[in-house]
Amino acid sequence: MSAKRIWAWFFILFGMVYFLLPLFGMFQFSLKMLRGRYSFEAYRVVLRDPQFQTTFGYSVVLALLTIVIGTLIVVPTAYWVRLKLPRARPFVEFVTLLPLVIPPIVIVFGYIRLYNTSSILPLTGSWIGTNILVLFGYTTLALPYMYRAVDTGLRAIDVATLTEAAQSLGASWVTILARVILPNVLVSVLSGAFLTFAIVIGEYVFAALLNLNTFGPYMVWMGGNRAYEPSALAVIAFGITWVCMGLIQLVTHFSKHTKAKR
Amino acid sequence: MTDPNSTAPVAPNRRRWSMNWLGILPFAAFVLMFLILPTLNIVLGAFQTSTGGFTLDNIRELNSDLIRSAYFISIKISLISALFGCAIGFGMAAGMVFGDLPKWLRGPLLTFSGVASNFAGVPLAFAFIATLGPVGVVTVFLRTQIGIDLRMLGFNLLTYYGLIIVYLFFQIPLMILIITPALDGMKKEWREAASILGATGLQYWWYVALPILFPALLGTFALLFANAFGAVATAYALAGPAFTLVPITLFSQIRGDVLGNPQLGFALAFGMILITGVANVIYIVLRTRAERWMK
Repeated sequence: MSAKRIWAWFFILFGMVYFLLPLFGMFQFSLKMLRGRYSFEAYRVVLRDPQFQTTFGYSVVLALLTIVIGTLIVVPTAYWVRLKLPRARPFVEFVTLLPLVIPPIVIVFGYIRLYNTSSILPLTGSWIGTNILVLFGYTTLALPYMYRAVDTGLRAIDVATLTEAAQSLGASWVTILARVILPNVLVSVLSGAFLTFAIVIGEYVFAALLNLNTFGPYMVWMGGNRAYEPSALAVIAFGITWVCMGLIQLVTHFSKHTKAKR
Repeated sequence: MTDPNSTAPVAPNRRRWSMNWLGILPFAAFVLMFLILPTLNIVLGAFQTSTGGFTLDNIRELNSDLIRSAYFISIKISLISALFGCAIGFGMAAGMVFGDLPKWLRGPLLTFSGVASNFAGVPLAFAFIATLGPVGVVTVFLRTQIGIDLRMLGFNLLTYYGLIIVYLFFQIPLMILIITPALDGMKKEWREAASILGATGLQYWWYVALPILFPALLGTFALLFANAFGAVATAYALAGPAFTLVPITLFSQIRGDVLGNPQLGFALAFGMILITGVANVIYIVLRTRAERWMK
């Protein structure tokens, strides 16, 4: 009995040291920019850097647009498959898991080859085209998480009955999706959305290979050229990931409460 | 043959079935354009000459010293980081589930795992450089306060085993997140039955628990392997193109044809798909087997 407890404590304490040390390290290092004392100078420099503001803002916009596109593609599809094409479900599920199997660098390599300036659809040739490409690329990366979250959410509601009820009241497909289905799976959509945000905000490979000045390439550039600012950036990025995961827990918790009351 | 009663219900049914497919047309178009076709293009490119003819030369050229060693190092790092990730993650999860630890530990540990498993890429590399790099907080502390010079001991973060230490930061939490439900599914009765029959704790783990958990463990191992194998940003932010891992080599190849043969890049990417594909098939097959016990 006590041997079990000793082992348990050994692993937990080992984990705590291993995980907290780098977090402590990056935080402490980020405070050391001014010689001889701790200060938030590195954060001040980073936050005032116009490059930071542009690239970070750019990544935020990309993340939000990815969430919108992802929701527009995933929610109707998952709903329709559950309602009308249950036989296609394993197939669709398999396809949505493919982005976990195919490394992102291979997918973006395919984009560069398929949509280059000498192809039928030269998306990489223009600014707007490249942005469309990276948005759909990020939607692809988010697809496994988004689809699984929404599909789990749909499992909890009676899709067929809700649809029939809405139809008998004269609702169109768009109305059903926007005003019946979406509110019912909102928690799932939000969970997927926060995870997507956390993934997109610091993404590097897609942005670098498509030559976009987003937050990811900016961080790598800072890493190669500055000493203390990268740690401040790492703390900020960790904070964003933490907030996103916290929000997922919050909305899930919140939904459990409303369901319990019913 | 031409009985109207038997054919009539079939025809509209079939038409409705085909109409239903239209509902997932946007999804199909999206997936085709931004996932399937780009990947297919790379796979086909691996078997094509620069003029478009069929060839196996690209695949054959993978057998050069440079590329063979890149695959060897990539596979080795992925295997070792998956192995340690599994072992330590399992120890932590088992400690949390069975170890009589305070109950309040579970929530924060799982939440933290969710955060840490997503804290990969560039910022993760920065965190470790700030901690264990040449002027990192821990390195400096050990040298000035305790008198241990990590560099003199042969430790360098910007090496392959340094990379493994960094990768464990997202491998261990991923293991915890995946294996905890499997551990929760282990019934108390199994342990009681084993101890009534006279089994020691070690015997219970070796003859009962591990065989049950084996598919789940091996499946997660395959997933962690694929996870490390496809990672680019962490290694690139740590040491730039200095690591000659397969994804880093591919990254440099896409940017500037470092291999001096564009077709070889496709073969390199094709090899990556093959390896992560096999690892994921193992994961999926073993997970379905593991779930049989979790009902």
